[in-house]
Amino acid sequence: MLWATLIMSLREVRKNALRSFLTMLGIMIGVGAVIAMVTIGEGATQKVRSDVGALGENMLVVSPGAARRGPERTAGNPFQKDDVEAIEREVTGIKALSPTAQSNTTVVVGNQNWPTSVIGVDEGYFEVRGYKIEMGRSFSEVEAASGTPVCIIGKTVRDNLFPGTMPMGQRIRVKQVSCLVVGLLASKGQAAMGGDQDDVVLMPLRAFQRRIAGNNNISSVYLQVEQAELTSSVQAQVEDLMRERRRIQPGAVDDFNVRNMQEIADTMSSVTASMTGLLGGIAAVSLLVGGIGIMNIMLVSVTERTREVGTRLAIGALASEVLLQFLVEAVVLALLGGILGILFGLSLSYAATQSLSLPFVISPGTVAGAFAFSAAVGVIFGYLPARKAARLNPIEALRHE
Amino acid sequence: MAELPRPEGGPNAAFPIVEFRRVEKIYGEGESEVRALDGVDMRIDPGEFVSIMGSSGSGKSTAMNMIGCLDVPTSGAYLFRGVNVCNLDQDQRALLRRHFIGFVFQGFNLLARTTALENVELPLIYRRVPAEERRRRALKALDLVGLSSRAGHTSAKLSGGQQQRVAIARALVTEPSLLLADEPTGNLDTARKAEIMELMVQLNREHGITVVMVTHEPDMAEYGTRTIVFRDGKIISGNH
Ligand SMILES: Nc1ncnc2c1ncn2[C@@H]1O[C@H](COP(=O)(O)OP(=O)(O)O)[C@@H](O)[C@H]1O
Ligand SMILES: [Mg+2]
Repeated sequence: MLWATLIMSLREVRKNALRSFLTMLGIMIGVGAVIAMVTIGEGATQKVRSDVGALGENMLVVSPGAARRGPERTAGNPFQKDDVEAIEREVTGIKALSPTAQSNTTVVVGNQNWPTSVIGVDEGYFEVRGYKIEMGRSFSEVEAASGTPVCIIGKTVRDNLFPGTMPMGQRIRVKQVSCLVVGLLASKGQAAMGGDQDDVVLMPLRAFQRRIAGNNNISSVYLQVEQAELTSSVQAQVEDLMRERRRIQPGAVDDFNVRNMQEIADTMSSVTASMTGLLGGIAAVSLLVGGIGIMNIMLVSVTERTREVGTRLAIGALASEVLLQFLVEAVVLALLGGILGILFGLSLSYAATQSLSLPFVISPGTVAGAFAFSAAVGVIFGYLPARKAARLNPIEALRHE
Repeated sequence: MAELPRPEGGPNAAFPIVEFRRVEKIYGEGESEVRALDGVDMRIDPGEFVSIMGSSGSGKSTAMNMIGCLDVPTSGAYLFRGVNVCNLDQDQRALLRRHFIGFVFQGFNLLARTTALENVELPLIYRRVPAEERRRRALKALDLVGLSSRAGHTSAKLSGGQQQRVAIARALVTEPSLLLADEPTGNLDTARKAEIMELMVQLNREHGITVVMVTHEPDMAEYGTRTIVFRDGKIISGNH
């Protein structure tokens, strides 16, 4: 019976193809807009997550200076070697670690200049940041310990200073210091916050401190946590340890900060999540409008088909069967609108994600939700017209002009 | 779901198809009260072809609605095949119609933009007949009314006479015991009238379907085996 009713309903929808389509339009546009927004939002979230991940997986960065954001950042004393040793010794849950010292300066090859970041690092840095050597080699232990001026350059530096030639074995000048290029980093591309991760020159920390900085300061410590769940525990341990070593009174403001990249990603995702909530509201409103459209057309349809209802009742249809028929018709309208909306929304978001070079991720939950909501709209807004039809008196319905 | 009511004396008991016992139908109250049926006694036996005549407003349609279990008496009793219809609810009466009664209307009442075949299949859908058998039986019914070649036509493409024949096919496809027709030829020209009447006579004689037909034309009433005449809600002639 349900099957036959469904076929009858589809026939009815087809009989008034244009009117049915216009009725579906409300639901279609509502569902389409939401599907499009959610899909684009999901793509953006994934992009942010993978970009932040690319900076370094499960990474914490410990730097001097208070964490307060904004232009004036209270400076703090730089870290020293024993700070790093204390972290290594006392904090549990660390997979890799590297002290760094950095200078933004111009490097020179022949008559070519290139402003870039020169960073002094330990070998742990490669692991924390996920840098790989594409050509050449890493620093040897001897080079690291003795402070020999050797360096590994990123792709951007290579493209600008050694276009078309092999950089290995050549020398670059960093602040009067001549530095032998021993390796080339594999490209990591653009980071989430716009920085070019290939625009770097890495050298052994010792060499940087002695020859370029002229002191033993350490500007940041990069940590990689063993697993994401340990991030906040490691962060807390490092904070406690540093507060103790730097003799910060309870209640006083830290003169250092521990940045958690995962936190940044989470913040951005939660922005997207609240956007999704807002979209849910828009969806509810548009489904409501679409539902009212369906109710309106179904009421018109019941009036137009009063004689038909009378005929069906005379033939022996039960009131409940008439109710079911009109209800199924409303649900069919709403579901077709929903399906069209899903297709419309997906094609819209496909085009958008392609042009914004975001990943195109279909969220099955959202699609299923849109489907279920459309059906619910059909039932809710189709019930009143269907009940009106089912309550018709057969004799009066048959007399209806 | 409602159950099909059974006659009290069991399925094989011999009952008249229709039995009215002092049936009254009163519309309105007080000053504006109308006695559409005023204490009618009437019996129609299986196999009869009864024509009902009477002037306008004499209660013919009211009686037909009652016979067709679309309405119940204000007082008195109506027994359909031995079942007292007065005691039945709406769904039970719908089931009686579904299983035993076919309707033919003056205005045909075919579904708009629906093919002849689909129209004839409709009562079988409510009887839960499977699709294939439904189609076969509907085609057979259309064949019987001489319209098998028009099965795929929608009502808009059929003439009045053809539409009424589709409606008759729709009424007989369930093989009802009783066929009710309220002025079935009212909207047709003379030649078509004769065709429809001959078809009804054929259904009555060859298929054993009891026919009750309202008409105000004596020529049409002639086709029946008996004529009942109403006046002011009472039967004035034609009772057994
Ligand atoms: N639903 C109704 N409400 C009030 N009066 C009605 C109704 N139906 C019929 N009547 C009245 O009952 C009487 C009989 O009507 P009807 O059976 O239709 O007569 P006929 O079919 O013989 O012309 C008429 O006076 C008519 O006005
Ligand atoms: Mg009448």
